[in-house]
Amino acid sequence: MSDSTATATAPGSTGSTGGPGGSGRSGTRFDVDWVRRNGVFVALGVLLLANVFLTDNFVSTGTLRLQLVQVAPVVIVALGMALVIGTEGIDLSVGAVMALAAALIPLYVGYGSVGAIVVGLVGGVVVGLLAGVLVGVVGVQPIVATLGLMVAVRGVANLFGGEIKSIREPGLVSLGTGDVAGVPYVVLIAAVVSLVVWLVVRRSTYGRQLVAIGGNKLAAQLAGLPVRRVLVTTYVVSGLLAAMAGILLAARSQASDPTKLGQLMELSAITAVVIGGTPLSGGQVRILGTIAGALLMQLITATLIFHDIPDSTAQIVQAVIVIAAVYVQLGRGKARRS
Amino acid sequence: MTPQHTTAAAVAVGDPVLQTVGVTKSFSGVRALEGVDFELRAGEIHTLVGENGAGKSTLIKVLTGVYTPDGGEVRYAGETVHFRRPADAQHAGISTIYQEVNLVPLLSVARNIFLGREPRRFGLIDVGAMNKRARELMAELGIDIDVTAELGRLGLGSQQMVALARAMSVDSRVVIMDEPTSSLESAEVETLFRVARGLRDRGVGLVFVSHRLDELWELCDRVTILRDGQWVHTGPMAQTTRLELVSKMLGRDVDEVRAGGATEFGASHRQSGEPALVVSGLDVANRLHGVDLTVHPGEVVGLAGLLGSGRSETVKAVYGALKARSGEVSVAGRKVRTGSVRGALASGVALLSEDRKAEGIVPDLSVRDNIALAVLPRMSRAGVVSEARIDALVDTFMKRLRIKASSPDQKVRELSGGNQQKVLIARWLATEPTVFLLDEPTRGIDVGAKAEVQALIDELAEQGLAVVLISSEMDELVEGADRIVVLHDGHVQAELDSTDLSSSELLAALAGDRAADPQAPIETEGQHA
Amino acid sequence: MSTTTADPATSNAPEAALANRARFASLVQRQGALAIFVVVVAVASVSFDTFASRGNLTGIAVQASFLAMLALGMTFVIMTGGIDLSVGSVFALGGVLAAWGSQHGTLVAFVLPLAVCGAIGLVQGLVIARGGLPPFIVTLAGLLFARGLLLLLSDEGATTYKVPRGSSFRELAQGELLGVPYPVILVVVFFAIGALVLHRTSYGASVLAIGGQEDAADLMGLPVQRTKVLTYVASALLAGFGGVMIASYTSSGVTILGVGTELEAIAAVVLGGTLLTGGAGTVLGTLVGVLLLQVIKNVINQVGSLDSDWQSVVSGTILLLVVTLQRFLTRVERR
Repeated sequence: MSDSTATATAPGSTGSTGGPGGSGRSGTRFDVDWVRRNGVFVALGVLLLANVFLTDNFVSTGTLRLQLVQVAPVVIVALGMALVIGTEGIDLSVGAVMALAAALIPLYVGYGSVGAIVVGLVGGVVVGLLAGVLVGVVGVQPIVATLGLMVAVRGVANLFGGEIKSIREPGLVSLGTGDVAGVPYVVLIAAVVSLVVWLVVRRSTYGRQLVAIGGNKLAAQLAGLPVRRVLVTTYVVSGLLAAMAGILLAARSQASDPTKLGQLMELSAITAVVIGGTPLSGGQVRILGTIAGALLMQLITATLIFHDIPDSTAQIVQAVIVIAAVYVQLGRGKARRS
Repeated sequence: MTPQHTTAAAVAVGDPVLQTVGVTKSFSGVRALEGVDFELRAGEIHTLVGENGAGKSTLIKVLTGVYTPDGGEVRYAGETVHFRRPADAQHAGISTIYQEVNLVPLLSVARNIFLGREPRRFGLIDVGAMNKRARELMAELGIDIDVTAELGRLGLGSQQMVALARAMSVDSRVVIMDEPTSSLESAEVETLFRVARGLRDRGVGLVFVSHRLDELWELCDRVTILRDGQWVHTGPMAQTTRLELVSKMLGRDVDEVRAGGATEFGASHRQSGEPALVVSGLDVANRLHGVDLTVHPGEVVGLAGLLGSGRSETVKAVYGALKARSGEVSVAGRKVRTGSVRGALASGVALLSEDRKAEGIVPDLSVRDNIALAVLPRMSRAGVVSEARIDALVDTFMKRLRIKASSPDQKVRELSGGNQQKVLIARWLATEPTVFLLDEPTRGIDVGAKAEVQALIDELAEQGLAVVLISSEMDELVEGADRIVVLHDGHVQAELDSTDLSSSELLAALAGDRAADPQAPIETEGQHA
Repeated sequence: MSTTTADPATSNAPEAALANRARFASLVQRQGALAIFVVVVAVASVSFDTFASRGNLTGIAVQASFLAMLALGMTFVIMTGGIDLSVGSVFALGGVLAAWGSQHGTLVAFVLPLAVCGAIGLVQGLVIARGGLPPFIVTLAGLLFARGLLLLLSDEGATTYKVPRGSSFRELAQGELLGVPYPVILVVVFFAIGALVLHRTSYGASVLAIGGQEDAADLMGLPVQRTKVLTYVASALLAGFGGVMIASYTSSGVTILGVGTELEAIAAVVLGGTLLTGGAGTVLGTLVGVLLLQVIKNVINQVGSLDSDWQSVVSGTILLLVVTLQRFLTRVERR
């Protein structure tokens, strides 16, 4: 399955997206486009292969499992972020929302794990709703609206949580650490969420409308699209997914630390989305690319750790990769403009 | 004072100031210009005409340093020049005024005029001196604008004047005006023309590009016609008839053009039964004051008026895109909730907006997705889109409107203006409207597409659609509409039956109460057709 | 000789009213933070005896001075229509470099951080201006890079460099002139220069023009690329200098500083009435924004019963209220 963009066409009407052939454009342009679409997958593949040969014990269920468990929350948050970026928005509040959801869990664990999870998710929805209203209805710029929420919500999370609280409720503990047939719940949930979001973007009216709004908001408005509703929904989804990631993270670590949890997650999520080939200028959502982007960043960090390269260098490497990835995307933009 | 003085040698009036010799330019293998010779003399206003894709804009971009030619040369004041950037051409004394005002809206008028060349004292900008010089310049041009006002608060016309003043302040030898009048009111156009003539009389060479053919005869001394990237004709404007001009642009026979009339519109349409659209007392704050409008099925009603008269506002308010203070809109006898686009769409109203780029296309989406945009919910079941239904719809419309695209999946941004317009028309027709509001449907598209769109409007009316047509072109209104409603300052001034109407009669109606004003609207000299 | 075509008799009255309303809206937009600031200060002075004390006010001013440096650079960046997410990390990096450098002399403590931070700004500026990459992403990478460099220098954050006892470098932020601490004086001087540069130099004109309409600035022959590069260099230098100041103030290179500070700086700029779309704003407004944020922190500390977590809740809420207000006002303005 090649990556899909929501701007993509009906299945079967062209040779799907990506693969060579189909397009009758000039060679260089096509290549650049191909790299942009699939560069992240190629990079991921190369890095995987390199690790298979160069890293001891890389090919073990333990290692792979750990990597997937670690990347799962990032994937979940990044999917919401991809939708938001598709509307030409950005959501800086996701990290704080994770902390908020996690902080709510110990407070409501008395209602059982399901009750606590529901409360946590509702927390995320409420913040998403606020962001959506500020952006979609009031018309505040997404970066400012979600920045304000990020600051305020982190404060609220701290007020609720205060200090680190451990989570002992068996249901939650097994959510964080259990598995089905060797596949951890956390990974399973991320996979299901990915599939759902992918289907929504590709097949639903909402997904099509979202992409059109990101592409030209005014035109979408005049075409009678429910712009406000779509925008609000998108931020709510982002909040919901962030809350879900926060709960999973808290369940896995069996503790809720509202000061630290989800910190800089907004940046990781944005990085995953951008590396996956979704332009910040909106109008496109690349779900598989986003997942691959998150996996790639995770694998880079892991590779550096396997080889005892410190955190500092890892960050510097990440910085370079982000720039390189965006540069490749831009190459396409330039080719098209001329 | 300014360095521009020294760069080019003086050119006597009547001698060539800016020339291209055999200029060639290709884009990824496609020839945009092929050995084009063009000559602008000092002290003339020279118009460049051609269909979209004829190479006008490419030529202008070569002249102004945006593009470097692949072959041939550009000569300025007799010397071969190689402009690498727009700034190079500008420093040499070639100023360009674009359709969209390219100034900084949040800075003052004076700051805009002198941006980058501000008078200074002790290394800092001398605001007092700057404002004083700006005022002098404006007085010289006969423009009454407060130079300390924020540019963005001025009307478009005034902004265009500021752009001209800026061109003047750098002592330009050449001023290139690319569609400067397309968003101006006619009185503003007059001022612009007066200033342009003033510049010509001082020995400046001006290049003027406009889609409004009438203006050419009023303003220009000579004309150069391009077609398919090649030079076709250069000659005095006064000795070129409108018919010749159009036939040379199109490369068609003169008789063929004459046979078709000035537009592709056919005969008038029958009016039958109950009105499809009834608008009464439509009121929009500061814009419309009680506009009434009735359109029958199968009827094309033209909406005429000068810029600012409330034409676009009327259709936007009917469509719900502009909030009405009061007034009623009903479609096929049913009242429509005003102020809601979705309500209007649901009642069978569609609006083809004037601004194709900003309000119409979603550039990165495919032709297919653009056509289906407004009917997505109808193409879906339980929130899931049916690709098959969309394919059928898109296929129908691409054939019916003869949309030229490599495939339905081509991005709309890659299409020509005319085809983009057809995509938008398809988008609206897909909503199966009973009332179609068309705001300048043929503006800025090439002559061929224009004719097709005109014929299509006819066809739609034949099929019983109620059409409201806004156009700045007299011919289009007179030949295309069955009735013409003339707006003035936000209210209906006159209603004319267009059966035996001539362009000049419509013009008189448009001029309305200001017929006494000698500067009033567009002249009649150009109405050859 | 008039370019306006509307009949003066019919259209002038409502237009004048409209213009007045627009002017009022624009005034509130630009001075809204100042009004809130005045109210908060007035209420705080009345409510808490300790607030208006000289010591407390000086404390607020000094505490605000570090953020002020970052926010000044951010103001210019935002006015060009860009954003600089790297300043928090660059700020921290500057502090660590300065503390390390002070062990080798006061001059090194100044030159080294400014050189390194300036270089980071230069690279970011070049990539943004020449490469045409989005500022958001480039400076996001800059954030990671500067933080990574900092960790590298401080043994993954384990080492905290100390400014040597008796080093004259400590004077920079701990000394005072006529009772006014140096950092406060520095901020006043820097902001005055900032205002002058913005409104009275051709660089400033370019900044405003680029933010207003970049294509227009380009077509007018303004040095767009150079202006952008300069702006990101200036932003990084100011952030680095803020780091130098805080190293001097705390006598050490604190490695965990500056996380999220870029967002605080953006908040201050937005509160100060600078539009995130670029093209308009004042450096004075930014100063007010910085002070407002600092006063809120201080007031919440004064209320003994309140948790310090309320700081972020209140700051975030005020930011949201102000932008919501701005939004409604721009609507009035446009009408």
